[in-house]
Amino acid sequence: MHAIATHIWLIPLLPLLAAGVVALLPKRASTAAIGLATGSMGLALVLSLAAFLATLGGHADGAAHATHIGNFDWFRLGTGSVRLGFLLDPLGAVMLVMVSFVGLLIFIFSIGYMAHDPNRTRFFCFLALFASAMLGVVVANSLLLLFACWEVMGVASYLLIGFWYHKPSAAVAAKKAFLVTRIGDIGLFLGMLWMYHATGTLLFFDDGRGCLEADALTQLGGTAVRGGLTAATGIALLLLVGAIGKSGQVPLHVWLPDAMEGPTPVSALIHAATMVAAGVFLVARVFPLMTGGVDTPVGEGTSVALQAVAGVGALTAVFAACLAVAQQDIKRILAYSTVSQLGYMFLGLGTGGVAVGMFHLITHAFFKALLFLGAGSVIHGCHEQQDIRWMGGLRRLMPVTYATYAVGMMALAGVPLFFSGFWSKDEILHAAWSWAPSRWPFVLGVVGAFLTAFYMTRQMAEVFFGQYRGGVRPHVGHGIPEATHGGTAGGVHESPGVMTVPLVLLAGSTLVLGWLGTPAWPWFEAYLNGHSAHLDFGRLAAAWPMMLVSVVVVALGIGTGWWVYGRRSRVGATAPDPLESQFPRIFRGLQARLYVDELYDATVVRLHHVVSMVCGWMDELVLGGLVTLVGLGSRLAAFSARSLDELLVNLGFDAGCASTRWGGRGFSWLQNGSAQRYLGGLGLGLATLAILVLWGWRHG
Amino acid sequence: MTPWFLLFGGLVVVGALGAMALRNPVHCGLSLVVTFVGLAGTYLDLGADFLGLAQILVYVGAVAILLVFVMLLTRTGRGESPEVRPGGWWWGGLVAALVAVGLVGALASVSGWKPRSEPMTFPTVRDLGVALMTDFVLPLQLVGVVLTAAMIGAAILALPERRGGRVGRTPKGEEPEQ
Amino acid sequence: MNPAQPYLFLAAALFIIGMAGALARRNAILALVGIELMLNAANLSFVAFWRHGPHPDPQTGLMFALFSIAIAGAEAAVGLALIIALFRHRRSVSLEAAESLKG
Repeated sequence: MHAIATHIWLIPLLPLLAAGVVALLPKRASTAAIGLATGSMGLALVLSLAAFLATLGGHADGAAHATHIGNFDWFRLGTGSVRLGFLLDPLGAVMLVMVSFVGLLIFIFSIGYMAHDPNRTRFFCFLALFASAMLGVVVANSLLLLFACWEVMGVASYLLIGFWYHKPSAAVAAKKAFLVTRIGDIGLFLGMLWMYHATGTLLFFDDGRGCLEADALTQLGGTAVRGGLTAATGIALLLLVGAIGKSGQVPLHVWLPDAMEGPTPVSALIHAATMVAAGVFLVARVFPLMTGGVDTPVGEGTSVALQAVAGVGALTAVFAACLAVAQQDIKRILAYSTVSQLGYMFLGLGTGGVAVGMFHLITHAFFKALLFLGAGSVIHGCHEQQDIRWMGGLRRLMPVTYATYAVGMMALAGVPLFFSGFWSKDEILHAAWSWAPSRWPFVLGVVGAFLTAFYMTRQMAEVFFGQYRGGVRPHVGHGIPEATHGGTAGGVHESPGVMTVPLVLLAGSTLVLGWLGTPAWPWFEAYLNGHSAHLDFGRLAAAWPMMLVSVVVVALGIGTGWWVYGRRSRVGATAPDPLESQFPRIFRGLQARLYVDELYDATVVRLHHVVSMVCGWMDELVLGGLVTLVGLGSRLAAFSARSLDELLVNLGFDAGCASTRWGGRGFSWLQNGSAQRYLGGLGLGLATLAILVLWGWRHG
Repeated sequence: MTPWFLLFGGLVVVGALGAMALRNPVHCGLSLVVTFVGLAGTYLDLGADFLGLAQILVYVGAVAILLVFVMLLTRTGRGESPEVRPGGWWWGGLVAALVAVGLVGALASVSGWKPRSEPMTFPTVRDLGVALMTDFVLPLQLVGVVLTAAMIGAAILALPERRGGRVGRTPKGEEPEQ
Repeated sequence: MNPAQPYLFLAAALFIIGMAGALARRNAILALVGIELMLNAANLSFVAFWRHGPHPDPQTGLMFALFSIAIAGAEAAVGLALIIALFRHRRSVSLEAAESLKG
């Protein structure tokens, strides 16, 4: 085995060390901080590539050798021990490369984007911590280790979303993200506990004893709990809850759009490429469990857990796409699009298996990072303006950004042949089409694809075409205020090289990656499943009806979008959206995100308020009363003790003192200083002695 | 019970009573001299010639004179109002009476007194001197030391204190105005 | 009645008179005189026992008396010096002036 496989733990460790060192650096040492963080990430990328190559090399020998495991005892507890481990398999390797590559580009982009922020040092510390946690999730061979990294990632995400904590909206968004994902984490935690209870191990692979290996899966699949569900299904559903929370699936999607309050690189890193992908990755990681412990052929989808995955994914894909249509904030559109695309990934996982979902994850990570960084570039160029109504015409002002953004947009929309999104989405739709239990996921997927093409066209048209409308700044914007500038387009500028180079690199990856998973040459699937791919255009021929459907849908979407937005460009920033004037009610509903937040406010939050109030009363009346009672009791005890003390002990002591004093007074009367009295005493003593001796003689 | 004994014994008792009971301290001192003389006579009557002479020399010649000097030195002129503590005679008399009971009782109870086994030999002054220099040389030296210490001590005690001199015997600020 | 007894009674009388005086007089000098009388009473007993005692020892009783006289001389000297010091402090030779050392 390659050396890198045994030292796979180095990959998450490097950014972690960098984060630790940066945390100790003073604020002004931002150059060192940037160097450390970026350097560690670069090293991690190199190691990840090495690891990737190692798994490639293992291919020839067969699937078994593609997976390398390094387990160790964390601590011993009684007779047993808690074991953790690291794992390198194709799934993890491809994630490693993706995360470290995208992460490195985002780090580099951040150097330019955060150049003027006084807290750069802190930012890069958090960024490195975050990357470390994500890499840790990928290489973890233990649900416990994965969970730990998962939580660190949540913390880092919280810190990064709330990086501009002086903005109240950012602070609130950070809290919201933390709490909502926590709901999912509870599910994950419960699933983990159940898993440990049922199998006695949390290691994924442990030479046949791991919880994802045949023995444990058979046992779990055979254990029936109530309602006809097996333990495997129960655990899988609980883990799915965790994945839903992290990946922003319906109904826990509400935090992701709000998380756009963080700096744009953070949005790119967390909410596009990596963290949200962790949920998908988790499902892919525990996929053997998701299938219910029964080795069902891909596409049959008989397991309840996988049906849930597919259902949640399909619903989310359409739901979030609908919301994205009506958003005005460039980052929010992308955020909803991310939610939607994550839904596609779930759909792919549920219907087509690991390879389908993961392929979309990888391609999406690249083009969504590209889009977010492009959006960051736009925002940066437009002086922190995030509202697309105030943009327009940037095509000429920011050509590089425009070109790369267009690549990303077309990949996301699924423009055929050259863009990776087309191939990965096509595979998902294909899998959904052939999914046995239901056709609804396919229908929803198609609708979602149409909507995706539509809103991305809208965004392109609004941002890059038409006239620049940013001359007069609105006071109600999402950006940071106080950056006033005059002139119509004079303030807008192309971003510096440190920001555009990552864009170009990402755009290039976006163009290339799609070829790794075409139906004709399904290298990616083959790689993940551990066998070699063969070029076969026959499969392409078999898949062409689906591709045709996909192409038609995308063309319809782009065409509609262009017809509505691009044909006649918006005249002014305050002009109503064409859709809004046509369907005001629906549009406003979508703009308000279908009132999901309000619904939560009215239900969950209010319930929480009531429960808190009840708890408060409980606390005040019952516990408070109890405490008061205990306090009274102890006061009573103290009082009686004091009385005892005063009456018995002190009185006895006082009496002793008094008698001593009395005796002292008597003796001091004797010691009166008169020498003659002493002499008299002597005389008396002499007389007494003489008389005693005298009579004692006589009578003794 | 010789006439000499009666004479000198009477002198002793009368002198002692006078020394203790007279009002004027100087009279008391003179009465004490009478007692000492009577005692010296008793010693001579008992055959202790040297001791009788020493009694005269030491007590009458030194102690009594010293006493009278001190009396004169410590006269304040304001008169020693009452010379005896209130109830002092009662107290003194009671204790003395009790002691008298003891002593007299003891003396009276003595019986079976053995007479002298051999004739009395009276030592000459020379014998006493030899004895002092031989058998009693250590007590003699010790007495010398005691007398020296007493003399030095008495001198230090009686020395008038100088301002800023040795500390310890006079509380500060209570310098007697001589 | 043996030959020593009259002297012993005389010594007892002298002792008692001295003691009564030492206890009763408030003048420190006269209290000292009383003590001298008691000391002399003891001396008288020594001499009486020397003269009429049953043992043939020729000198011991005399020596006792002799040393006693010497000690008495020292005692008188120190006592009188004390009285002078007392007088210097209290402007009085009353024993009541020296009663501050008490409990």
